Amino acid sequence: MSAPFGRRRLTIGGARRVGAYVVLAAPDPGGPAPEPGQFYMLAAAERWGGGEDERPFLPRAFSVLRATGTDPPTLEFMLEDVGPGTRRLGELVPGDGLWVTGPLGQGFTAPGEGRRALLCGGGVGTAPLAIWQDALLASGREAPALLGFRDGEHAEGAGLLRDARVATDDGSTGHHGPVTDLLVAELDAGTPAIVYACGPPGMLEAVRALCEARAVPAQLALESGMACGFGACFGCVVPTRDGSYVRLCVDGPVLDAELLAGVPAH
Amino acid sequence: MPSFCGLELEHPIVNGSGTYDVIAARRAFGEALIESFPFSAFVSKTITLEPRAGNPPPRLFETPAGLINSIGLPNKGLQGYLERDLPELAALPVPLITNVMGSTAAEIAALLEAVDDRDEIAAVELNVSCPNVRTGLDIGADPRELAAVLDAVRRRTSKPLIVKLTPNTADVALVAEAAEASGADAVSLINTLRAFAPAVGPDAVAGEAWLGGGTGGLSGPAIRAVALAQVSAVARRVTIPVVGMGGVQSGAHAAQMLGAGATLVAVGTESFRDPAAGARIRDELRDFSAKSGSFAR
Ligand SMILES: Cc1cc2nc3c(=O)[nH]c(=O)nc-3n(C[C@H](O)[C@H](O)[C@H](O)COP(=O)(O)OP(=O)(O)OC[C@H]3O[C@@H](n4cnc5c(N)ncnc54)[C@H](O)[C@@H]3O)c2cc1C
Ligand SMILES: Cc1cc2nc3c(=O)[nH]c(=O)nc-3n(C[C@H](O)[C@H](O)[C@H](O)COP(=O)(O)O)c2cc1C
Ligand code: FES
Repeated sequence: MSAPFGRRRLTIGGARRVGAYVVLAAPDPGGPAPEPGQFYMLAAAERWGGGEDERPFLPRAFSVLRATGTDPPTLEFMLEDVGPGTRRLGELVPGDGLWVTGPLGQGFTAPGEGRRALLCGGGVGTAPLAIWQDALLASGREAPALLGFRDGEHAEGAGLLRDARVATDDGSTGHHGPVTDLLVAELDAGTPAIVYACGPPGMLEAVRALCEARAVPAQLALESGMACGFGACFGCVVPTRDGSYVRLCVDGPVLDAELLAGVPAH
Repeated sequence: MPSFCGLELEHPIVNGSGTYDVIAARRAFGEALIESFPFSAFVSKTITLEPRAGNPPPRLFETPAGLINSIGLPNKGLQGYLERDLPELAALPVPLITNVMGSTAAEIAALLEAVDDRDEIAAVELNVSCPNVRTGLDIGADPRELAAVLDAVRRRTSKPLIVKLTPNTADVALVAEAAEASGADAVSLINTLRAFAPAVGPDAVAGEAWLGGGTGGLSGPAIRAVALAQVSAVARRVTIPVVGMGGVQSGAHAAQMLGAGATLVAVGTESFRDPAAGARIRDELRDFSAKSGSFAR
């Protein structure tokens, strides 16, 4: 279903800390329910600008973490403070205005017959896997999740999914090492799988290479710098195997791993 | 109702070339886009003779109140545009202006001829922010160079010809005069200002570029004051209509462009912040005009 035309102003209904992250919730009376893997362009309605380097100016892309309830659905987003835009959004409190455009882009597609879903995420890459796990479980499938984080504080984000197995870089919680260690063990367990992954470029590239080597299909939710989110600026391109580019905002953010020769570093 | 190059338009707000892909936007927003179409004419992105992939990423850099882009004019090429995009663009509820660019007079002539054949296209905009392959200088940076090219190609189309000037020149009004003398029916400005985005991040090396294409072009509110100065300088020196753009974000800004002498106002970067910005600016301008009476149209 298409997104409403133009940005719309929502009111923040909740803002909570989950470890190192902020989860924002905003009822969305005008919007359709998003599909798992889709994203929204967000901007604070007040004081968007005037932060570090006098930014932000453009809206920022965020995967929808969850859409709960109906009449109206409440959209949830999971944020990590990495710069002026995420910092400003992270300051929002209930009652503040939030501009949103979306849902945008192409999300995940269901596993083929006889394949089990494996969810693999890192950091804020947890977000789209939460709504996707909900959908898979609701359709009666299994959806085990493997999540990697920097440290214990970040690993609290794993609580946003059900029964996630955790790896941390510093070993403070769960497996000490990259989440791909957990993925290899699962992939080599035998049952044919399809991997759904989202996370930093290095992790996604490792997932892509592991899956390619084992001929396991994978759907990767990528990130790139975006100005518009709806195909207008041609700024968000990612190089594909055939030497051309796709716009991540309209052809992604979820791409079949097969399309890519590698996950670009930024 | 502005009259522009023989077109009777519903209102003065159009899009800046390369800042709105209606085909992609329709996929995202459906028929609501068409029903409340923001622009009174639609300007295509720049089309070249051969397809172009565009520049390697990163292509975007955010600045204080602005954006530096180094997109590199990706497009399907003339044939791809005519065969695949034109049918859908022709079905829009507003006239279509096709923007073209070539690096030699022969290339531009071929583009103008191809466009001239198509009734679906109401007017042509010629992007002259393109280096001449012989001299390396932007065709639109030098009045004599531009005049020579326009004199060679102007008769290849009977459609209205808008010359999209480059702001990266010593005296844009002089270039605009040359465009008028060589048969332009209108001029549009400003295109993006040449700009450099320094590498950022933990591994950044001072002096290195952030953008994959090296340098880029600055747009958005950061350039509005420059745009107003250039539009007004040009409007005072030519008798043909002027399309003003650069950082327009509101009806008040659009009124300022009209006040500087523009007949139409284009919205570019602001559409990235809100896909329906053009419609809002159109409505704000209408209210503004009704109140002040000064731009009643
Ligand atoms: C489809 C999609 C979904 C996403 N989902 C989420 C999510 O669920 N949660 C989440 O936290 N994040 C998500 N992101 C990432 C989020 O959009 C970015 O973290 C955010 O845009 C950063 O903005 P900022 O102002 O905080 O940081 P910025 O300062 O913009 O820095 C972010 C990165 O951009 C680059 N950068 C730095 N300065 C500039 C500049 N001036 N211009 C351009 N680039 C610059 C650098 O590489 C830097 O590391 C998603 C991104 C995409 C594309
Ligand atoms: C991402 C981007 C792509 C653009 N592509 C083109 C183009 O293909 N052809 C062209 O003539 N101008 C192009 N422009 C320039 C705009 O049409 C406009 O002249 C400029 O951005 C100033 O207006 P603004 O500040 O409202 O964006 C582009 C601008 C941007 C930001
Ligand atoms: S973000 Fe503008 S085209 Fe994708």
